[in-house]
Amino acid sequence: MASFSQGGGVLKKRSKTEGTRLKVGLGACGIAAGAMNVFEEARKTVEENDLPIRVERTGCIGMCHHEPLVEIEEKDGGRILLGEMTPEKIAPIIAQYMENGHIDPDNIVAGTDYITENDPFFSKQYRIVLSNCGTINPESIDEYRETGGYEGLARAIREIDPDEIIREVLDSGLRGRGGAGFPTGLKWKFTKQAAGSPKYVVCNADEGDPGAFMDRSTLEGDPHSVIEGMTIAAYAIGASDGYIYVRAEYPLAVSRLKTAIRQANEAGLLGEHILESDFSFDIRIKEGAGAFVCGEETALLASIEGERGLPRLRPPFPATKGLWGKPTNINNVETYASVSRIIQNGASWYSGFGTEKSKGTKVFALAGKIRKGGLIEVPMGITLKEIIYDIGGGIKEGKRFKAVQMGGPSGGCIPESLLDTTIDYDSVTKTGAIMGSGGMVVMDEETCMVEVARFFLEFTQNESCGKCTFCRIGTKRMLEILERITNGLGREDDIERLETLAQSVKSGSLCGLGQTAPNPVLTTLRYFRDEYEAHIKEKRCPAKQCRGLISYRILPEECVGCGVCLKNCPVDAIRGEKKQVHEIDPKKCIKCGICLDSCRFGAVEVR
Amino acid sequence: MDTIDTQAAIAIIERENDKQGALISILQQVQEEYGYLPEKILHLIARRTQNPESKVMATASFYSQFRFEPSGRFTIKVCQGTACHISGASKLLDVLEEELGIAEGETTKDRLFTLETVACLGCCSLAPVIMINETAYGRLTTNKVKKIINDFRNGRTG
Ligand SMILES: Cc1cc2nc3c(=O)[nH]c(=O)nc-3n(C[C@H](O)[C@H](O)[C@H](O)COP(=O)(O)O)c2cc1C
Ligand code: FES
Repeated sequence: MASFSQGGGVLKKRSKTEGTRLKVGLGACGIAAGAMNVFEEARKTVEENDLPIRVERTGCIGMCHHEPLVEIEEKDGGRILLGEMTPEKIAPIIAQYMENGHIDPDNIVAGTDYITENDPFFSKQYRIVLSNCGTINPESIDEYRETGGYEGLARAIREIDPDEIIREVLDSGLRGRGGAGFPTGLKWKFTKQAAGSPKYVVCNADEGDPGAFMDRSTLEGDPHSVIEGMTIAAYAIGASDGYIYVRAEYPLAVSRLKTAIRQANEAGLLGEHILESDFSFDIRIKEGAGAFVCGEETALLASIEGERGLPRLRPPFPATKGLWGKPTNINNVETYASVSRIIQNGASWYSGFGTEKSKGTKVFALAGKIRKGGLIEVPMGITLKEIIYDIGGGIKEGKRFKAVQMGGPSGGCIPESLLDTTIDYDSVTKTGAIMGSGGMVVMDEETCMVEVARFFLEFTQNESCGKCTFCRIGTKRMLEILERITNGLGREDDIERLETLAQSVKSGSLCGLGQTAPNPVLTTLRYFRDEYEAHIKEKRCPAKQCRGLISYRILPEECVGCGVCLKNCPVDAIRGEKKQVHEIDPKKCIKCGICLDSCRFGAVEVR
Repeated sequence: MDTIDTQAAIAIIERENDKQGALISILQQVQEEYGYLPEKILHLIARRTQNPESKVMATASFYSQFRFEPSGRFTIKVCQGTACHISGASKLLDVLEEELGIAEGETTKDRLFTLETVACLGCCSLAPVIMINETAYGRLTTNKVKKIINDFRNGRTG
């Protein structure tokens, strides 16, 4: 039985209960917010007092803005989510709950009987890929199976012809979630039809776009869903070996995957003669070694082969000539996780979500200057405005929205005037950005768009593998121009130069990295040209961020001489006696802005 | 240099070498074992896997994960991803460089800390983020970073 959840259903009552459980969200993000200490303290409290409550771990439920998160699963299956937990808070909460079942509402962020129904953070979401993230224990195959996991695979192997599976995936309308949006069923069909054996199934878990963490959360929170999807693909295509290529920065995802693969093998769901059929399939993990270009499929395959990750010319596509020259199907993490749900519930169920050309749901990682950052999943067709304002709660600290960056270094910045854009492949592409893999970084009035363009160009310049001249040299020239502009040395014809170079890099590059590298520059030029002009013509950075164009000063009438800025300045550029007005030495100042952040009297001015 | 024990590397190579595309896995495991890729071991890998030295070197230097010098006990990775970048990550780097007295890519004299930058740690909604060895720290401020470094120095963590 499937348990899909919309709105308040995210914390739907559990039908099967095992007594009171306390689950700590231990994704890498939860841990980064301090959840491990909460977990240990909860364990200690329960042990020391011999309480009838089990302390367990779970993945990320997506409310990163409330991390660390703890869920209490009540005896009757009711669920309560506690936010901003600390080791100090958790012990008394457990004690009180065990005594009289009461929890101070201040600590509750959502729950079966609480505000969730009306909280747009959940009510505008629809969780298919993420339905288990943050609600099951990712290290337990049993919990995955209780949600209906591996039923799709079992049905596929026992009852469905491989060609029919491919038809099912085609009919679902699923398009690849790694960025380009190629129809998944079609890719499978090509790989199946290609001559050669063995055939391979590869999962792209390289997640290189800075600002994106969908795949990490899925792997950490529900690894079996990805393994099941890959196994279904292997069965449909006729592959016997699989690889998951995970980026080096995700050690927790790797360890959860290893556990899941071992469990699936033990349960006869992976390995020789899966579910006693003739079908055998093995999955191996390959850890990336820190190269963005290895997210590109042909470079990724080269890397699995133990080579440098240099992209290869396509065609031939991996479907016909992939890993070691054999037909290879490569899909993204979210794509495979979606497949598990599609085979479990049927194509028509899945294609009931979304728009005509973009079916289903999409996971996004909301970050940046947004109030409720986190991991969300929405039906295609929702607008950007709904995501940013209803789900995300708008901009932090009451600041003004400026842009949302989609698609990472291959994508672009979408301005306020286009917030009614709907989330589907075609509409997003029209803005000049791309759907991408799902990173959404929100920027406010304090973000300089020229600097953002420089930032992305620096990134792609660094990560260009160097094979194509235009990508290698062209991005370098573009970066030099952007550096010049942000340093206040921009020239009149720099905008034109950027535009010309952008076109050459786009057309002169072999792989997607170079072909899309100019996008952040082109979109900011299109929507924020005035900021470029202010930098070049007026030598002014409107967002007051570019270090070459700003200066810091202490306002004598506001300074109380507390010495905090002096203590915090990393380069000792501030002088002044205690209780006397302080002063910044402009020659030493590196314009980091730490004094501005640390002054409690509003005495630091940036111009 | 010659004091480096090759025993562990030989075991890794023997275990991995018959697998397809093993070179990167071998390099990763050697780095895990030795903390870096010692020159002597790189020669050994080339010999034992029957790869030209140029290929071993080209592969190792292509990937940013590999280092050719020993790192400190704690490797600090400062995230330079989009979300962290617009949330003041460069200030964290400024403070870390000042606090540790080293620049990005360097190791402190006492071999306690190595300072690196990384493209994104995947904890973007807690930006700015740093990672020390395998643990990420989020929602940082310059003061919190100083405190974390002091905790490590005083042996309270790690
Ligand atoms: C420079 C570059 C980086 C890429 N990085 C990723 C990545 O990190 N993750 C991913 O799934 N796809 C990435 N892709 C897309 C892959 O090449 C490929 O299209 C994808 O893995 C196919 O899976 P899908 O059809 O399920 O989307 C990247 C492409 C380019 C050009
Ligand atoms: S941008 Fe820093 S963790 Fe992603």
